[in-house]
Amino acid sequence: MTYTVRKFDAVIVGAGGAGLRAAIQLSEAGYKTAVLTKVFPTRSHTVAAQGGVAASLGNSEEDHWHWHMYDTVKGSDWLGDQDAIEFMCRKANEVVVELEHYGMPFDRLDNGKIYQRPFGGHMSNFGEKPVRRSCAAADRTGHAMLHAMYQRNIKVNTQFFVEWQALDLVRDADGDVLGVTAMDMETGEIVVFHAKATIFATGGSGRIYYSSTNAFINTGDGLGMAARAGIPLEDMEFWQFHPTGVAGAGVLITEGVRGEGGILRNSDGERFMERYAPNAKDLASRDVVSRAMTTEINEGRGCGPNKDFVLLDITHLPPETIMKRLPGIHEIGLQFAGVDCLKEPLPVVPTCHYQMGGIPTNYLGQVVVPKDGESSVPVQGFYAAGECACASVHGANRLGTNSLLDLLVFGKSAGETAVADLGKSGNAHKPLPQEAIDRTLARVDRLNHQKVGADVHDTRLSMQRAMQKHAGVFRFKDMLAAGVDRITEIEQEVARTQIKDKSKVFNTARIEALELDNLIEVAKATIVSANARTESRGAHVRDDATDTPETPDGRDDKNWLKHTLWYREGSRLDYKPVHMKPMSVDTIELKKRAY
Amino acid sequence: MKRLVVGAHYGLMDWLAQRVTGVLMAIYTVIIFAAMLGGATASREAWQAFMANGFIRFITFLFIISLCYHAWVGVRDIWMDYVNPAAMRVILHVLTLLALVGYAGWAVQIIWRL
Amino acid sequence: MTNAARTVHFKIYRYDPDQDAKPYMQDISVEIESTDRKLLDAMVKLKAQDDSISFRRSCREGVCGSDAMNINGKNGLACLTAMDSFPEGKPIVLRPLPGLPVIRDLIVDMTQFFKQYNSIKPYLINNDPPPERERLQSPEDREELDGLYECILCACCSTACPSFWWNPDKFVGPAGLLAAYRFIADTRDQATSDRLDDLEDPYRLFRCHTIMNCVDVCPKGLNPTKAIGKIKEMMVRRAV
Repeated sequence: MTYTVRKFDAVIVGAGGAGLRAAIQLSEAGYKTAVLTKVFPTRSHTVAAQGGVAASLGNSEEDHWHWHMYDTVKGSDWLGDQDAIEFMCRKANEVVVELEHYGMPFDRLDNGKIYQRPFGGHMSNFGEKPVRRSCAAADRTGHAMLHAMYQRNIKVNTQFFVEWQALDLVRDADGDVLGVTAMDMETGEIVVFHAKATIFATGGSGRIYYSSTNAFINTGDGLGMAARAGIPLEDMEFWQFHPTGVAGAGVLITEGVRGEGGILRNSDGERFMERYAPNAKDLASRDVVSRAMTTEINEGRGCGPNKDFVLLDITHLPPETIMKRLPGIHEIGLQFAGVDCLKEPLPVVPTCHYQMGGIPTNYLGQVVVPKDGESSVPVQGFYAAGECACASVHGANRLGTNSLLDLLVFGKSAGETAVADLGKSGNAHKPLPQEAIDRTLARVDRLNHQKVGADVHDTRLSMQRAMQKHAGVFRFKDMLAAGVDRITEIEQEVARTQIKDKSKVFNTARIEALELDNLIEVAKATIVSANARTESRGAHVRDDATDTPETPDGRDDKNWLKHTLWYREGSRLDYKPVHMKPMSVDTIELKKRAY
Repeated sequence: MKRLVVGAHYGLMDWLAQRVTGVLMAIYTVIIFAAMLGGATASREAWQAFMANGFIRFITFLFIISLCYHAWVGVRDIWMDYVNPAAMRVILHVLTLLALVGYAGWAVQIIWRL
Repeated sequence: MTNAARTVHFKIYRYDPDQDAKPYMQDISVEIESTDRKLLDAMVKLKAQDDSISFRRSCREGVCGSDAMNINGKNGLACLTAMDSFPEGKPIVLRPLPGLPVIRDLIVDMTQFFKQYNSIKPYLINNDPPPERERLQSPEDREELDGLYECILCACCSTACPSFWWNPDKFVGPAGLLAAYRFIADTRDQATSDRLDDLEDPYRLFRCHTIMNCVDVCPKGLNPTKAIGKIKEMMVRRAV
C-alpha cells in the first residue's frame, strides 16, 4: 500500500464551527494550513444548532459575564474548570460581535441590536430569574453561523480538503504530534499531512447511542484517533440528553421553543416542571428537565398509545411569533412528527445530544495530559476545540447555547495559540515516525482484505442499542457493570468488521467501518468511566448514589469532585483535579444545585 | 486548457428592451384587435384605407422594429443557451441579424407600398 | 403503533468507475418498517443490505444539504421525502442530480456548483473599521434577508435549471444568484454596485429565463427566481 506526504504549517481536522473559527485565525496569520473535512464544510453538524449562542451583551436587559459564569459553573454541577469558564464567558461578547461583523444574519431588536432570548439555566444576578442571553438567528442560529464562518474562510482563502477522512494521529516517541494520516474519499488515496500544529475540531460522537439528535457523521473521529495515539479522554461519562427530541425521529427541537414560552405537559395536561423546578420551571437546566420527563414517563404519565413521550405545547403563543422566531420548528413538526405546532403540541422525548467530555484541553486550546506528576501538561503541536474537546467548560452538564459559544471561543483560542506557537517554532518539521503511518495502513489494509467478518451496520446497531440500554438518562449500578462487558464484547466484533464493497472510489462502506473504529472507543470510554463514577452529578445520575446531607442528590464532592481520564491502553482510568480557581474572580463555592 | 472568459458587462438593456418591446407589441395587438372589431378589416378596401393612415403606419413600423429587436434578443438567447462553440455562435448571430434586418426592411417596404 | 414491515422496490442509478464500464439502472427491493418514514431511512436499510450503494447523507433533518438527488424525476432531499408520498406498487427511481459529473452512484462532483457560489464573493464586504459592538440593523432591514440566508447549498435548484445544464461554467445558477442577492440585500454590505457590475453579464445573470424549476424543487421553500428578479430590478433602478 502506498501513501504520499504533504507538508503544511498547520492541519485542522474538521470544518464545523470550531474548525472554521480556528482556520480564520491561521489563514489571516498567513500560515499554510490544510483544513480536512469529511463533508463539505456547511454540512458539518454545527449547521443543525438552533436556539442561539450565549453572550452577556445585555441588549434587552441587564446582564453580566460573571452571572453567565455562575450559571455555567452551576450548570456543570461544579465539574467545570472555573478558569476556562471565566475565560469563555468574558470572551463571549467579543466573539459574537466578530461573528456579526463577518455577516451573520442575527435577528434584531427594534433598536438595531442583536436579538436575545431566554434559555435554560441562564439567569440574572447569580441564579435569580431567567435572563435574555441567547443571541439568535430565528431557530437557525447554527446554520447562519456556520455559513457566515465558511464565507469568511472563502474571503481569507483557506485551503480546504473536502471529503477527506482523517484516519490516525501521528505522534512521535517524544509524544509530540506531527499531523494526521487521511484518506481522500473520492480516490481512496492515503496522504500523511505533516504539520507543526494539528488542531482537532472533529465534533461529537452522539452516534454511539441508538436515539440521538446527532448527524450520521458524528462518529467521534477525533476522539478515536486521540485515544489510539495514547491521549486520554476526559469525563466521557457525561452525555447530555436533550429534553426535546422528536419522539421516534430523534430530530432536535430547540430549547428556544421553551425560551419563547413553550410548556412541557404530561398525559394529564399538567405543567409538570413546576413540581421539579419551581423557580426556572421549563427553563431549568437540560439534565434536570430530561430526568423530570423520564420520571413522568416511567410513572405512567407519558402520552400516546405507548405512553412513551410527553408534549411540548406552544399552541398558546401567537402564530406570528412562532412563524417569525421558530419557523424551522414549525417545519420540523410537520416533517418529522406530522404535527402542526400552531394547533397541536409536539411529541418529545429526551434524546442523546451532546458529549460534555472529550480530548482534555486547557483554555488556550492546547491538549493537555498528565506527565511527570503534573496533571495537565500540553502535548507539543496538538490542539483541540469544540465538542471533541473538554476544556472543561461544560463539566457534568452543558447549558444550552454554551456549545456554540464554546466552539467560537476555543476555536479562536486554539487558532491563536497555534499561531503563537508556529511563530516561535523553527522552519523544520520534526521527522515523521513510521509506526503511526503503519497503523493507518494496517487498518485500511485489514478492511480491504477481511473476509467472513462482522457486519458493520449490525455491529454498530448492537453498540448503539447497548449504550442506550446501559448508559441512558438514568443509570443503574448493575446495568453499567453489564454494559462494560457488553461493549467489550462488541469491541471484539469491531476489530473484525468486514465490508463487501472493495472499490477505491468513494467507498462509503469503508468510511463507515473506519468510523465504527472511532465510535467504539468513545462507547467504551463512556461506559467504563460511567461505571467507575459511583456518584450522581449533572447528566450522570445513578440509582446507588443516595441523597444524604453530605452527598446532596447523590453528589459526592469529597470523593468525586475530579475529572475522569480514560486511557485506551488497558482501558485504564486516572483522575485529575477540577480547577476551582477562576482567573480573576473568587471561586464559585460548591452548593446544592436547585432551579 | 481553454481559458474561460466571462464578464461582458451587458445584458441589462437587452433584457429591459425585451420587456419594453413586449409591452409595445401587446398594445399594438390590442389596437389592431379593436380596429378589427370596429370593422376596419371588413373589406379589403377598408383595411387598405386603415393601414394607409399615417398614425397606424407609424405604430405598425414601431411594432415591426419592436418585433425584430425582441426576436433578436430571444433568438440570440437561444443560441447562447444551446450552442457552445463560439465560432458557430458568431455565425448564427450574424445570420439572425441579417435575417431580421432583411425582414424589417421588407416589412417597411410593404407598409409604405400600401 | 405497529411496525409492520413492507417491501419497497427501487430502481437505482449505479456506476462505480472502478468496476463498471458504464452506468446502469439496478432493480432492488428492501423491507422497511412503519418507523422508516423518510426515503433516507429506507436508503439506510438498503445500504445495510448492499453496502456498495453509495450516497451522501448527514443530518437527516434537511439542514445540511447532503442527500440531494433526483427522486422519481424531481430533485429533492431524501431525508425530507416521505415514504408515503410515493405511489403504491411503482418502483422508486433514484438518480444522481442531473447535469453534474457522477463520481459514483448517487454521488456527484459539485465542484462546478461551488465554483459558481464562490464567484459571487459570498461574504460580507464592509471596509469601515469594525465598531466595538455589533453593526446596527433594523428588524425591517434584517427581514430583507429572510428567504435568502436559509439556503443549504444542496444544489437541487441549480441542477434542475436547463440554463445551468448548458452553461454551468458561465451561468451562476439559482443557488449562487440567491446568495448574491443575500449580500446585495444586506444593509451592512458596501459592495452593492460592484456586485451588480459583476452580475451584469449575458451569461452570469441573464441566462435565467424565469422558468422557475428552481422554485419548484427547493426543499427549503426558497425562491431564487424572485431574488434574481430583485437583482434585475436593482440594475434597472440604478440604470434609469
